[in-house]
Amino acid sequence: MTAYLLAIGIVALIYCLLALGLNLQFGLTGLVNFGVVAFFAVGAYTSGLLSLQGVPLPLSFAAAAVLAGLLALPIGLLSLRLRDDYLAIVTLGFSEAVRITIQQESWLTQGVQGLPGLPKLFASWGPVSDAAIFAVLLGAVALVAWGTVRLTGSPFGRLLKAIGDDEAALSALGKDPARFKVQVFMLGAALAGLAGAFYAHFITFITPEQFIPLITFYVWMGLIMGGAGSVRGAIFGSLLLMVFLEGSRFAKDWVPGVSEVGMASLRLAAVGLALILITLYRPHGLWGGGKSQ
Amino acid sequence: MMLSVETVTRQFGGFKAVDGVSLQLAEREILGIAGTNGAGKSTLFAAIAGQQPADAGRIRFDGHDITRLPPYRRARLGLVRTFQVPREFKSLSVHQNLLAAAANPQGERLLNAFVRTRSLREHEEQLVAKADGILQFLNLTRVRDKLAGGLSGGQKKLVELGRVLMLDPRCILLDEPFAGVNPVLIDEICERVRELHARGIAFIVIEHHLQALKALSQRMIVMDRGSILAEGDPHTVLDDPRVQEAYMGGVA
Repeated sequence: MTAYLLAIGIVALIYCLLALGLNLQFGLTGLVNFGVVAFFAVGAYTSGLLSLQGVPLPLSFAAAAVLAGLLALPIGLLSLRLRDDYLAIVTLGFSEAVRITIQQESWLTQGVQGLPGLPKLFASWGPVSDAAIFAVLLGAVALVAWGTVRLTGSPFGRLLKAIGDDEAALSALGKDPARFKVQVFMLGAALAGLAGAFYAHFITFITPEQFIPLITFYVWMGLIMGGAGSVRGAIFGSLLLMVFLEGSRFAKDWVPGVSEVGMASLRLAAVGLALILITLYRPHGLWGGGKSQ
Repeated sequence: MMLSVETVTRQFGGFKAVDGVSLQLAEREILGIAGTNGAGKSTLFAAIAGQQPADAGRIRFDGHDITRLPPYRRARLGLVRTFQVPREFKSLSVHQNLLAAAANPQGERLLNAFVRTRSLREHEEQLVAKADGILQFLNLTRVRDKLAGGLSGGQKKLVELGRVLMLDPRCILLDEPFAGVNPVLIDEICERVRELHARGIAFIVIEHHLQALKALSQRMIVMDRGSILAEGDPHTVLDDPRVQEAYMGGVA
């Protein structure tokens, strides 16, 4: 049971990292990134492939973040001059393109067979390796949360919020919004890449099917439930989502007459209902602080 | 001439919102632009400031050809505008609205969010003091730390004026500074514009409130259907029969 909870905790913290990245992009700056999972996948495969070549994990983790961040550059330059909804479509399409590329280019990625046997983080620690992964992830989430707060209070963060409010007005004040948008897009993507590396070296077996757009929308659900624009919202929203998704597994013990499969659908319905109720009654999210509009 | 607009046209589809307009603005001049709704006044501002670049014609500011420059490059030259409907940064405080406008290329680097050197902190302190000075000048000190989204329409107009003042502009385009503003605040805005003018800033003011515009402007232009209908001394212009006709029954 402890092992199970630890595993859930690790996945929840990985979602927290993804949500914190999306929070920089969407929560602060208003960039509608529907391709979170692409950068997550690139991070996972980059670190996975490098580690299979014998590259030490700290280096492969760094490479995952850097490569995911760099991959955001062309997407950013191509599409950040577009309106919100176009960016959403471009990034969604991009994430599917990345998944299908991973699936097809089997000379590099072993295609649908995936990459089994990735080195596990802290493998040498034996029975406490999961606890160590959890602790390191917790540290990473705390660091990113601190960094986000610091960023939000800085002149750079001020401009991100200004872009989120009214980009054209900012450009009338002598600032080039595109530059800041590309930077924050890359930063959020690098965080997703880092999250991907953690995922790869925790699960130790990655396949293209793990990187479907549903992952992106889970991250969005968590962020919106928690409160976009708020660090607490990103973190607690992701944790809450995980409680819904995983916790409802146990609900079958108390809900009689529902099959295992039926339960899986029920919990998605529960998440959907929660999302509807929250957007209706707490449009800024549970921890979003209800900023005046 | 500080600003010269030469036969500028801006069209939407086949409709010429601004049709071959030419105008000149001297250093330290206040030029008023009046005209009925749809006359092309705001589109002309957008062509000058860069939001809707001119399709034809040429715009020069301070010797630079700015016709094709993006808005932020024009603003950096000292040519700034406010908007007809206030466009404050609603989730920033009034004070932060001003700070966001300040030229601060070093402090606004991503890395410098984490590495704040002494010189960056000192520069930020200078900007804070400058913003506080402007807030005091505009009588906004009371609302300094309020979110700009929660202010009244008139206060938002003042915040927009404060924001552009952070750029130390040489020419300010004011788009309907008195619209939706209560009479007391109108006098106050006029007073501030005169003081800024005395400090050497040139203005072009679009306004429907003709009495206030007449009192403020040294020279006036009346636009109608994308073109300039009359130009000259405010009294003469407003007495012009064509202008009176455009305004359906006159105003004088």
